Amino acid sequence: MSVVTNTTTIGAIEAPSRRNTELGLLAFAVVIPVFAYLNVGLALDGKIPAGMLGYGLGVGLLAGIAHLAVRKFAPYADPLLLPLATLLNGLGLVLIWRLDQSPRLIRRAEALFGAYSPDAPKQLMYSAIAVALFVAVLMVLKDHRILQRYTYISMAAALVLLILPMFFPAVNGAKIWISIGGFTIQPGEFAKIIIAIFFSGYLMVKRDALALASRRFMGMYLPRGRDLGPILAIWAMSILILVFETDLGTSLLFFGLFVIMLYVATERTSWIVFGLLMSVAGAVGVASFEPHVQSRVNAWLDPFACYQTDVTGACQQIGDALLSFGSGGTLGTGLGQGNSDLIGFAANADFILTTVGEEFGLAGTMAFLMIYGLIVERGVRTALAARDPFGKLLAIGLSGAFAIQVFVVAGGVMGLIPLTGMTMPFVAYGGSSVLANWALIGVLIRISDTARRPAPAPAPSPDAEMTQVVRP
Amino acid sequence: MNKPLRRIAIFCGLLVLALLIRDNWLQYVRADELNSHRFNRRVLIERYSNERGNIIVDGKAITGSVKTDDSDFAYKRTYVDGPMWAPVTGYASQAFDANQIEKLEDGILTGNDDRLFFDRTMAMFTGKKKKGGDVVTTLSGAAQKAAYEGLGKSKGAVAAIDPQTGKILALASTPSYDPSTFAGNSEKDSKAWVALDKKHNPDDPMQNRALRETYPPGSTFKVVTAAAALEHGKITDIDEQTDSPLPWIMPGTTTPLVNEGNIPCKDATLRDALSFSCNTVFGKLGSDLGKDQMLETAKKFGFNAEQFTPVRSNASFFPEEMNASQTALSSIGQFDTRATPLQMAMVAAAVANDGKLMKPYMIDQLRAPNLDVLSKTEPEELSRPLTQEHAQMLQSMMETVVKDGTGKNAQIPNVTVGGKTGTAQHGENNSKNPYAWFISYAKTDSGSPVAVAVVVEDSNANRDDISGGGLAAPIAKNVMKAVIDSRR
Repeated sequence: MSVVTNTTTIGAIEAPSRRNTELGLLAFAVVIPVFAYLNVGLALDGKIPAGMLGYGLGVGLLAGIAHLAVRKFAPYADPLLLPLATLLNGLGLVLIWRLDQSPRLIRRAEALFGAYSPDAPKQLMYSAIAVALFVAVLMVLKDHRILQRYTYISMAAALVLLILPMFFPAVNGAKIWISIGGFTIQPGEFAKIIIAIFFSGYLMVKRDALALASRRFMGMYLPRGRDLGPILAIWAMSILILVFETDLGTSLLFFGLFVIMLYVATERTSWIVFGLLMSVAGAVGVASFEPHVQSRVNAWLDPFACYQTDVTGACQQIGDALLSFGSGGTLGTGLGQGNSDLIGFAANADFILTTVGEEFGLAGTMAFLMIYGLIVERGVRTALAARDPFGKLLAIGLSGAFAIQVFVVAGGVMGLIPLTGMTMPFVAYGGSSVLANWALIGVLIRISDTARRPAPAPAPSPDAEMTQVVRP
Repeated sequence: MNKPLRRIAIFCGLLVLALLIRDNWLQYVRADELNSHRFNRRVLIERYSNERGNIIVDGKAITGSVKTDDSDFAYKRTYVDGPMWAPVTGYASQAFDANQIEKLEDGILTGNDDRLFFDRTMAMFTGKKKKGGDVVTTLSGAAQKAAYEGLGKSKGAVAAIDPQTGKILALASTPSYDPSTFAGNSEKDSKAWVALDKKHNPDDPMQNRALRETYPPGSTFKVVTAAAALEHGKITDIDEQTDSPLPWIMPGTTTPLVNEGNIPCKDATLRDALSFSCNTVFGKLGSDLGKDQMLETAKKFGFNAEQFTPVRSNASFFPEEMNASQTALSSIGQFDTRATPLQMAMVAAAVANDGKLMKPYMIDQLRAPNLDVLSKTEPEELSRPLTQEHAQMLQSMMETVVKDGTGKNAQIPNVTVGGKTGTAQHGENNSKNPYAWFISYAKTDSGSPVAVAVVVEDSNANRDDISGGGLAAPIAKNVMKAVIDSRR
């Protein structure tokens, strides 16, 4: 941790706030999706889309409000996070709008649900609510250390959020939704933030105990039994999520998050070894008897095996996704000209990356992945710059969770790891996801603002006047 | 706390790196494989996304494309006189893939072939719709019509080629099927497809008999045996008496080889033996020549090799391992000898073209949408089964067959016609319906314009050698006449 030394009465040089950099980048982050929107319209109908002005103004307005809020409430925040999130959100809207116009998906929706309604307007509304939440986070959360007070409340809240979906019916084989009134919410998305708060608070208090009070065994530091308790509890919980909610993604995210934060807090490599061993044991154990997980693993091992046996089954999803990526090639088909909608199921949610792959090609997909990578690295940078351990842990927890989520979703869709039901942050359709991720960015911006804010000038020493410096 | 943070930063970087590598693997390394993967529906969507190019006969399209309101497939294939042309075109179905020319030249027909890259690029800039190129065939509409209508309701096939170039002029197979009935992907199309399936239709209408069915060639194979006898110096004068006892006991057996009916085969000349179709004379000739010399000549005529026209034709078969009596039987087109109609047309063509066998082909040109010729097939010599002198001797003999022998039904006024009849028995104890064969060629002042092979599987065929002349020869005659008339 850097310690600002104040040995002189001269205040620290004012650090640049970088707000104008952010504004410039935001302009790009708005203009690029607007051009993409135009591109889709021209490709699909051959004319400038009617909603272009509304869409451009909408995204521009949201970006402007978010920027003003950052300028007002977090003037020293990291200048990259907001533009990157805006760019992803904007492009996500374009992709959803593009898939809204797919005759295949419209017909599929009409056949399955009797009616079809476009998702893009809803997503724009969710984005507006999400930006409002982002602004609210910045307004209410004047200092991230306030969150430390809610360590155990967070734990309780996270548990409730994670357990709730068990009492609701499974959707597409996974119990990760709860429905209240007409709304369905994916509590797992919010739980990842709340759980990061709990881990940060808990580990900040216990880290010395965990790191130092351990026995050496075979070159590794083994924790004491009573310190092991909470870790085993988390492990058990993630296994339970896997078993009862058949949600591979959330449990992986959850446990990975904990291992990362534990490692950062204690600086003990042995924790990583423990974490990996336990997650492997848990995953293999569950996969051996859970049919839902098993089928996912089988589809991953041989994506095209079930094309002959099961013509309509869901096991073709991964194969379809791979074909979509392959068909995109290096440069892609161009927006609106691919056939990624052939995948049918969750084309604009879990599988939205296939549309990126097919229509933007290898070049565009790599750009998307790099944007996600940049967000993660800005988050890690925030953690490095943070001055307090709680802020460090929270920042690394949030960015780690973000990184794992991106890896799990993108890796699943690209066939690198077994497919799990999770959404691509900011890009995929879904209110919970957009809301939670904007809140996550809000918290990161808050921490980075605190971290980069110049240290307050030391209070004038009361006896400064009396001291005379005698200069020879 | 910063050291582990840096390590986590590296870890997150590695996660992203793994995704990037995987993405390159999928979208660069495996792109082509996935793009043309057999489960990739985009291949089909692409095939029908534009107006498909046509297959052309005599300057007229025998295929077409109609716009559909299907969400996946913009166009559907249509066929003009589908059943007649099916052995040439094959089919292109949205639900059941494609075959033959429709499959082999798919790149040209869809417009995706590399040779059409320039046209595609131009179309992109000029804003014109992409269109497929055309496949111009060598076939003759008149000959095909004569062949298809000649076969009528009976089961059989006709193959006709131009002996001087190898151009395929007619390729008919009956019973046939109409590829337009299952060109789409609706319920109706799959019903039509299932109904045509061999399992549901014992007539197997989708079998291309002209190229893919091998029949015992019967007496028509005696032309090959005669060629072998001439080429290997066994016979030098076709009008000199041969040493052919009657009855003739096959070597190593006590079974006599019998002739069909009471015909004058004892010590018959080669000309008379061919004219009367003497089993004894040719059986003995084949057995005296031996299997190696027979095989050598048969191979030169194209036996034991697949032909690519470019549509694949099954390999005709002359046995490689057999004893003397089996050689005798094989030499009269029985035992294991089998030939496709195309193969027997090639035999007639080689004789007609003075011993030079041209490689048979059915695609003359590939054409860009703007009618530029992308490629043109040049005639190519396949082999020389016999010398010019021997070929002319054989011609003289085959012409006698038509003038005075079993092939009188193939006579055309003012045209020299040479031919050979055949009736092949098959099945256990020859119980199944015999195949009536006729191979022939016509000759005009400018050489031979057509050679043809006809096979009819028919219950009405008599078991004597006349049936080849009775059932198959008139069809061959009409096909030859159609070609000659259309050239006038």
